[in-house]
Amino acid sequence: MTDDALSPLMAQPGAHVRAVSDALHGDLLEISMGPHHPSTHGVFRMTVTLDGETVVRLKPVFGYLHRNHEKLGESNSYLGSMPYTDRLDYLSSMTNNWAYALAVEKLLGQPVPERAEYVRIILAELTRLLNHTCLAGFLLQDGGASGTPLMYAFREREKILDLFESLSGSRMMCNYQRFGGCRTDPTPAWLGAARVLADGYGRFLEEYEQLLTGNEILMARTQGVGPLSAALAVSAGVSGPMLRACGVGYDIRKVDAYGLYPRFDFRVPIGADGDTYDRYMVRILEMRESIKILQQALRDIPAGPILDPKAKQRGHRPKPGEAYGRIEGPKGEIGFFLVSDGGASPYRYRVRPPSLINLTILEDMCLGQTIADAVVILGSVDIVLGEVDR
Amino acid sequence: MLGIGLLQGLAVTARNFLGSFHGRSRYVTTEYPEERTQLPEAYRNFPFLVTESPEDPMGTLRCVACQICEKECPPQCIYIVKSRDKKPDATGKMQLYPAVFDIDTAVCMSCQICVEVCPFDAIKMDQVFEIAATDRFSGLLLNRNTLAKPNSYFHSLHPTDAAEVDGRLAAARKAAEEKARAAAAAKAAAAAKPQTPAAQSAQAPKPSPPAA
Repeated sequence: MTDDALSPLMAQPGAHVRAVSDALHGDLLEISMGPHHPSTHGVFRMTVTLDGETVVRLKPVFGYLHRNHEKLGESNSYLGSMPYTDRLDYLSSMTNNWAYALAVEKLLGQPVPERAEYVRIILAELTRLLNHTCLAGFLLQDGGASGTPLMYAFREREKILDLFESLSGSRMMCNYQRFGGCRTDPTPAWLGAARVLADGYGRFLEEYEQLLTGNEILMARTQGVGPLSAALAVSAGVSGPMLRACGVGYDIRKVDAYGLYPRFDFRVPIGADGDTYDRYMVRILEMRESIKILQQALRDIPAGPILDPKAKQRGHRPKPGEAYGRIEGPKGEIGFFLVSDGGASPYRYRVRPPSLINLTILEDMCLGQTIADAVVILGSVDIVLGEVDR
Repeated sequence: MLGIGLLQGLAVTARNFLGSFHGRSRYVTTEYPEERTQLPEAYRNFPFLVTESPEDPMGTLRCVACQICEKECPPQCIYIVKSRDKKPDATGKMQLYPAVFDIDTAVCMSCQICVEVCPFDAIKMDQVFEIAATDRFSGLLLNRNTLAKPNSYFHSLHPTDAAEVDGRLAAARKAAEEKARAAAAAKAAAAAKPQTPAAQSAQAPKPSPPAA
C-alpha cells in the first residue's frame, strides 16, 4: 500500500508513512491514548498507530461524555433547553446561550432591544478572551510547560468569571440570555468593572507574549507542526481560528453580520502557514481585537430595556417552521437548528458544534508527526468534550 | 540570538515571583475555608421557599402549589402535591398550599428557571454550597420543611431583589384590601338602602393580613 492510498488528503512534504508491519522495519505499535489521559482535554481517546515515534494512523474515538443533549431538546420547552446549552462548551456558555437565543428569536420573530444587543456583544467578546486565554494556557501545558503559563492564564480568566458571576449568578453555567434580550440588566458598577478589565487586559497579553511568543522552545514545538492546508480546512467545514490560521478570512461576525457587529471597528487576523504556531498567534491577535470591540461597546452602550417588554417569559409556541441561528463562537461557528411543529417543544433540535467539526481533520494534521506533537496539535484544535459529545 | 526569548520569559516569571512578596493585592488565591470571599448578590445555588413568618414557616409559605415550577424545571427535580384545604396567601387571598414540596438537589442544576417562572415570588435562589451529605438519597432530597426559609433570610442574600418583591407584594396586598373594602362597602350600602343613609359610614371589616 502506498502512502497516497492511505490518506489521499495528506500532502505534507517529508511525511514518511508506512501502513503495515514488515520484516525490515519491525512492528507497528498501536496505542490507545485516553480517555483518561490528561492531554486529551477530557474524556477523548485517540487510537494511534506508531512507526517508532511517528504517527501513521490516528483514529479519534469520542462519545464518552454523550448526554443526549439534542434529544433532550426535543422534549424540553424552548426555555428549558437554555440552561442545557451552557453545558455544551462549558468554557463559553454565554456564546452558546446567544446562538440558541438567536435561533429561537428567528423562529418566534422576536426583536431584541439595542441595549441587550450591546450586552450580548460585550459578553461574547469577554467569552472569547476567556476561551483564548485558556487555550493559550492549555496549549503550553500540552507542550510540556507544566504549570506556569496555565496558571497565568487562569489568573486572568478568574477576573472574567467574576464578572460573569456578579451578572448572571454563576461562573460558568450562566443561563443568561433570554428570547428577546437578557435576563438581568448590568449595573453601572458592573459596566465600570468590565471597562477596567478591558483596559487592563492588553497589559496581561503583553506580559503573556513576553513570556511565550518569542520563546524558542515554543517555536520549536509548534512552528511547522501539524500544518493544515486551506483547501482541506474549507472542504472539511473547519471554522473559527482554526480556519483563519490557514489564511482563510472567514469570520461570521463579518460575513453574517448578526447582532450589531457591523457597527464595530475591528479586523480579522489570519495566519499564513496554518501550523500550530499560527493557530496560537491568531488567537492572541483575536484577543487584541476583542479588547477593541469591548472598549467600543462599553463606550457606546445605550440606556433602555434589557428585555423586550412584550417578550413571553415561558410557554413559547412558535409557528411551524425552521430556523438556524449561528454566531462566531470562540471555537468557530456555533449554530442551533430548530424545527417547530407549533408545539411547546422543538420538533427537531440540532447543534452545529465547532469542536467536533474541527476535530475531524485531526488525523490529517497528525500523520507523519511524532506522538508528542500529536498532543500539541490536539491542544491547538481547542476542543471541549462537552460540545464534541453533547 | 537563540535564548533571548527564554530569558525574557524568565524575567516575567521572576517579576511575578518577587512581586508576590509585595502587598496583598498580588495574591490571587484565598485560603478557603479559613478565608472566605464575599459572594456577589446575584450568586445562586439551589432554590428555597420563602415564608413570611419564622415562627410558623409551614403556615405562611408563599407557595400556592400552582406547579408551574414543577412543569418548567428542565431536569424535573421538583415534586409538588397540592393541599386539599385553602388558607390565605401573602396578599390575603384564599389559596391552596403545597402539602408536599420536594427538591432533589442531586438533580437540580441551579438554573434559576423555577424562580423566573414563579408568579408568587415564592421560590428564590439560595447561596449554599457546603451541603455535603453522607447519604446520597435522603440527604440530598430536600422537603418543604428544610426548604422553607424566612423572608429575612431572602433579604440577607439578595437585598435588592427582596426589597423589590416586598414592594410588589405590599402593593398587591393594599390593592386586595382596597378591593375587599370597596366590595364590603358596596354590600353594606346595598343592605342599608332601605334604611337610613348613616349606615354607609360604617367601617368595612378588613380581611386579616398575614404577619409580615
